[in-house]
Amino acid sequence: MDKHITAPITKEVSKSLHAGDYVYITGTIYTARDAAHKRMYDIMGEGKTLPIDIKNQVIYYMGPSPAREGRPIGSAGPTTASRMDKYAPQLLDLGLGAMIGKGKRSPEVIDAIIRNDSVYFAAVGGAGALLSKCITGSEVVAYDDLGTEAIRRLTVENFPVIVVIDSDGNNLYETAIKEYCTEE
Amino acid sequence: MVRSINIEEITKNIREMCIEANHYLSSDMDAAMKQAEQTEKAPLGKQILGQLQENLKIAAEDMIPICQDTGMAVIFLEIGQDVHLEGGLLEDAVNEGVRQGYTKGFLRKSVVNDPLIRENTKDNTPAIIHTKITAGDKVKIKVAPKGFGSENMSRVFMLKPAEGIEGVKNAVLTAVKDAGPNACPPMVVGVGIGGTFEKCALMAKEALTREVGTHSDVPYVKELEEELLKKINGLGIGPGGLGGTTTALAVNINTYATHIAGLPVGVNICCHVNRHVVREL
Repeated sequence: MDKHITAPITKEVSKSLHAGDYVYITGTIYTARDAAHKRMYDIMGEGKTLPIDIKNQVIYYMGPSPAREGRPIGSAGPTTASRMDKYAPQLLDLGLGAMIGKGKRSPEVIDAIIRNDSVYFAAVGGAGALLSKCITGSEVVAYDDLGTEAIRRLTVENFPVIVVIDSDGNNLYETAIKEYCTEE
Repeated sequence: MVRSINIEEITKNIREMCIEANHYLSSDMDAAMKQAEQTEKAPLGKQILGQLQENLKIAAEDMIPICQDTGMAVIFLEIGQDVHLEGGLLEDAVNEGVRQGYTKGFLRKSVVNDPLIRENTKDNTPAIIHTKITAGDKVKIKVAPKGFGSENMSRVFMLKPAEGIEGVKNAVLTAVKDAGPNACPPMVVGVGIGGTFEKCALMAKEALTREVGTHSDVPYVKELEEELLKKINGLGIGPGGLGGTTTALAVNINTYATHIAGLPVGVNICCHVNRHVVREL
């Protein structure tokens, strides 16, 4: 089912989404990948505040290629989410609204998604040129020294994603595969 | 007769090849991706393959890299033994080509200087360079930027000889199943069978650069490639890992002699952005 939502995302909206929904996101989202997550995790461990208020925010696991002149961003597709599994449950417990990435999540992350009525979206991996067209603004808001791994605030318009894990714990990666598996 | 080639030629070509590889798929991969969109049975899978076609079009027209992970530059060099390289060191020339390609071509710098200290080198160097000395007076350069979503899902299996061909099939299928959506399917599966621990991995990597749609010259290996492709596409993983009949576009296998006690199998997985550009100087 096709749905249009805005970001940041409320619990009411994330709870209304189901695995398999095709969703277009418009609004503001943040990028963070390996190095930024590690820093946020270390900061949380020291009891300090995060560089962004993540309540209801959507984090996109993405590190772009450099923008050519006149463009907000370069190629901008998702990176593998499982590398952020170590850090995601704590962020979800702090109110993170949703995550966009690609690939499987750990049982701990799935539990945290259910516990917090959150949602995990997949964007199409390797479609960075296409996805960059849905990003109209990009600004580094933290960890500029990390280069492509800095935290960026993105303005997105009809950014296409698919609900993979919903707040009930349904997992499209498991159900969809069964439909086309011919192995006994 | 010894032929002299200035290493600046190497730098210039590698610079251009890095940029080319990241914006245009080679014709074999392009044809395989178009074919997949036609044959995919799952509606969502077909839709994803359609988006990937659109993505390729935008990449070429607007010069935006096909994928933001423009890879670590893997470079195969075949240098004829009648070639004299002049003007500097070969390794420096290759790295300079990568440096220029990645900085001037707006490609992402994804390389860290040390695996644990992890500071970005900011120019995507050093490259991974594999050099072979061959007959003749030519230099063949293959540039294959490798993304790490799929690289991380690659495996080496040190099988026992008694496990035989069934063991090899299980190893490949295990690697592909574990990779699933993480490796950005439809994937290309490079397999190296035989040799030593490092030889099988290198064969698997080089197998990824073989033209998709071509097969091994060895009859049983060709059969194995076809059988494994069919089995992989029966796993149901599909485009983006969201279900479907297109999980892999090709299984390319290279083999080599091995030790009486061993059966090494390397499985190098590549996403649908399987980049390889070849030039001969």
